[in-house]
Amino acid sequence: MMASAASDIDFKTRLQDLIPKIVLSPSLALTLIFVYGFIAYTVVLSFTDSKMLPSYDFVGFGNYAKLWGLSHWITAITNLAIFASLYIVICTAIGLTLAIFLDQKIRGEGVLRPIYLYPMALSFIVTGTAWKWFLDPGIGLEHTMHLWGWDSFNFKWIKDRDMAIYTVVIAAVWQTSGFVMAMFLAGLRGIDNEILKAAQIDGASNWQLYRRIVIPLLRPAFLSAFVILSHLAIKSYDLVIALTGGGPGRATELPATFMYSYTFTRNSMGIGASSAVIMLMTIAAIMIPYLYAELKEKGQ
Amino acid sequence: MKHLSTLAAFILGTSMVPALADPSVEVMHFWTSGGEAAALGAVRDKVVAGGVAWADAPVAGGGGDAAKTALQARIASGNPPAAMLMLGQNIIDWANEGMLGNVDALAAAEGWDAALPQAVKDFTKIDGHYVSVPTNVHRTDMIWASKAAFDKIGAAYPTTWDELNALAPKFLEAGIIPLAHGGQSWQEVYMFEAVASGVGGAEFYRKALVDLDDATLRGPDMVAVFTELAALRGMIDANAPGRDWNLASAMVIKGEAAMQIMGDWAKGEFTNAGKVPGADYACIPVPKAKGDAFVYLVNSLSLFTQTDPDLIKGQEVLASAIMDKDVQVAFNKAKGAIPARTDVDLSSMDTCAQETSASLAANDAGGTAVPTFAGTHAANASVVGAATDAITEFFNSDLTPEEGAAALADAILAVK
Amino acid sequence: MSGVTQHTAVRTGRVARTFIYLVLLLFALFYLLPFFVMLTNSLKPLSEVTGGNMMSLPQNWTLEPWRSAWSTAQIGVEPTGLKPYFLNSILMVVPAVVISTVLGALNGYVLTKWRFRGDTILFGLMLFACFIPFQIVLIPMARMLGLMGLAGSTPGLVLVHVVYGLGFTTLYFRNYYAAFPTELVRAAMIDGAGFFRIFWRIMLPVSGPIAVVSVIWQFTNIWNDFLFGASFADLDSMPMTVALNNLVNSSTGVKEYNVHFAGAILAALPTLFVYIVAGRYFVRGLMAGSVKG
Repeated sequence: MMASAASDIDFKTRLQDLIPKIVLSPSLALTLIFVYGFIAYTVVLSFTDSKMLPSYDFVGFGNYAKLWGLSHWITAITNLAIFASLYIVICTAIGLTLAIFLDQKIRGEGVLRPIYLYPMALSFIVTGTAWKWFLDPGIGLEHTMHLWGWDSFNFKWIKDRDMAIYTVVIAAVWQTSGFVMAMFLAGLRGIDNEILKAAQIDGASNWQLYRRIVIPLLRPAFLSAFVILSHLAIKSYDLVIALTGGGPGRATELPATFMYSYTFTRNSMGIGASSAVIMLMTIAAIMIPYLYAELKEKGQ
Repeated sequence: MKHLSTLAAFILGTSMVPALADPSVEVMHFWTSGGEAAALGAVRDKVVAGGVAWADAPVAGGGGDAAKTALQARIASGNPPAAMLMLGQNIIDWANEGMLGNVDALAAAEGWDAALPQAVKDFTKIDGHYVSVPTNVHRTDMIWASKAAFDKIGAAYPTTWDELNALAPKFLEAGIIPLAHGGQSWQEVYMFEAVASGVGGAEFYRKALVDLDDATLRGPDMVAVFTELAALRGMIDANAPGRDWNLASAMVIKGEAAMQIMGDWAKGEFTNAGKVPGADYACIPVPKAKGDAFVYLVNSLSLFTQTDPDLIKGQEVLASAIMDKDVQVAFNKAKGAIPARTDVDLSSMDTCAQETSASLAANDAGGTAVPTFAGTHAANASVVGAATDAITEFFNSDLTPEEGAAALADAILAVK
Repeated sequence: MSGVTQHTAVRTGRVARTFIYLVLLLFALFYLLPFFVMLTNSLKPLSEVTGGNMMSLPQNWTLEPWRSAWSTAQIGVEPTGLKPYFLNSILMVVPAVVISTVLGALNGYVLTKWRFRGDTILFGLMLFACFIPFQIVLIPMARMLGLMGLAGSTPGLVLVHVVYGLGFTTLYFRNYYAAFPTELVRAAMIDGAGFFRIFWRIMLPVSGPIAVVSVIWQFTNIWNDFLFGASFADLDSMPMTVALNNLVNSSTGVKEYNVHFAGAILAALPTLFVYIVAGRYFVRGLMAGSVKG
């Protein structure tokens, strides 16, 4: 009797130990097959002369050599660096500010929140057109300002090869900063009010409260925001296609538009795959140190 | 026995259904605007009347790019559509992959060889097999001119490039934009090929853009083409970058701009606005400096190999419907193009279509009909893509014509 | 949105509050501006859109574009409007959002409260998976779906969206639960509560805000996805975005901008509905309550 009860408990504890791993395993299996399996496949393709369909005639580093010889791949990479850094910083700043402000017992929060969020709900295939018109000097903002009598008003960025990429930033910030706000708001609402009350009793000012206590507590939310925003920056495709079509000329080409056009439109799957591999390596170079620092600290 | 097979079908479930289903044809395409869909509707009605179910699979976007991507996914999953709207070299590529079936027996019975011009056969009859069925021909080297704008400065429509260039300052003086342009890369390539056919002539066009001959691509004729492009670059307004072609057409319709260089699909915009060719606007080929030329684009539905007899039947009915004379006329009235067949009665079509059709017949006979480069007939998609980069770069910068021609030749050489 | 416990304990002065309201309203204007362009242009006849000032109010108000986008616009050969595609999208979105969110919550729970050796690496792997470019996924995924017999079906699309959404939902829940005091979970374990009981009784009740974020993210992305829908859907499973794209992206045809705008707003309504409904759960977590209860 005693022995069997003991083994029963033993079995139960072992099951308790196993359950978490069992719960995690389907997700892990899906990720390994559909993400890392496909990445491996892409690496293989990047060394082949695949054109319209995958082929397995290997050409060594030929695709990579061709890729770096293309001037607009360089443009695409440069644009991504400008676009991603501005986009991530501005979205985070706006998102955090709005979240903190919205967390101050604001009347009409229920109305403001969907207003901030709605741009994400709209398909950019169409909102891109609205932005394109709005930014167009002939019919949009500039035109309207001229009609209102402000004749010196000048806003021609979308037509300017050097400035067009910044209009992509504006539209992208418009689209997702509201969601970043929601992420930070969730983080703020997850913070225990007792901590804040205790700090207030200690005489901390609001500014100190947020700088010293709240923002450090939001670190995980910053990680989420960073991952989401860099993901969106790297994958920005619809946005560019709808707003500028990669133009004027090729001035607003991004790696995502480049990859798509080489893989599918231009029947150069090998070059498309090699550009994808370069992208993944760049992401890894940026994300792995960040994740390492972020997750290691948590582990302690 | 009948009960038994019903029972078997019931037990085996859905696997029996396709065999029991009526003939059907799945058509994958990117024609979704009003006129395009109405055109395809004429084919659909004929197919349905022939007892075949029509399964519509539209994927619009990027002038067929999105549909092309979807097709590649469909093929990778082992489920190609029965028919797919494809352009030029893509048809040849898929035929070379051995993915396309054919309707040779039907073509022989209906005498397609005699009914189609060589220009069309080049992109539908591959290696002696009809793998694709043509619905229409578009002409891409066209000028759309506002009669009001030309009346205002009292000028006639240009017949030479010099005349065209000389008009620009007069239009500007009258407060009219000489050239309505949509500054998107694909539109700039269509403009380039129109100028290439007009300035360089059919012979040059073929050597440079079909044979991709490096010496011709770098030669004086190509520099002349870029010189004219540079002149056109000076005739557009500052707001051109990124503009949709429809909005550029609207500028001509309203008389704000004098001309637009665009394929004959632009006619739909004029028709929609209630404008009449001749009275309100003119559709004229671009000036031809070195003899006549005609840049054509063939639209056709390509047939992917099927094994199910019902689906093969569906493909045949579809092919026969497309080639029906009445369908060809009805289709092209809606689409704004001209019939692929040369033996149909065009009296019910507008003067633009009649003139274009006559011009195609003449150029086809004279060997001066050349395939579109922008529409990936003359060269494959990777060459056209590389050339697009060079052309759009030229059009949106102040590179000299010599630099433009050299950049184009380099880009093409790199991917040839 | 009532009840003191739902709001922050931070107190603000009068001047500061005025400033805060001003900033919040200014941003509301910024966000609404393109919507204004879309809405006004969707209420004009086409000639007024292409011919006139795009920022001005309609001279002739019309609801025709909305009717057209909903039920008569050409989507392919058939003039069906967007109407028939809504159901396809809902049948795809709802299971995909539910499955990926539930899996994400469980993963986040395991990764923060039932830690084991190597769990950080597993999380890193799932996180990095978020960055896979969809362009490279397309062909091998189509092949896999073909092999599994899921090509061109709604279950196939659900699978695809769950797979590529998992990284994000796991990220949200893991980072949210990371701030939740582990002592409460320990105490419950000592009391003899099991894995699922703790999840159900302690974690879920405080997960409101982050579940909202996760649902908003997944719903929006899946609802608005075009690439997978266009590539992996069949005639009977074609989602709404593919139809919207067909409506908007004609190549050589006449562009009816007013119908496009109406269609875009119509297509976004379910997502907006989710934002508004889900927003109600955007309340401060009642952590103290869950311990006492």
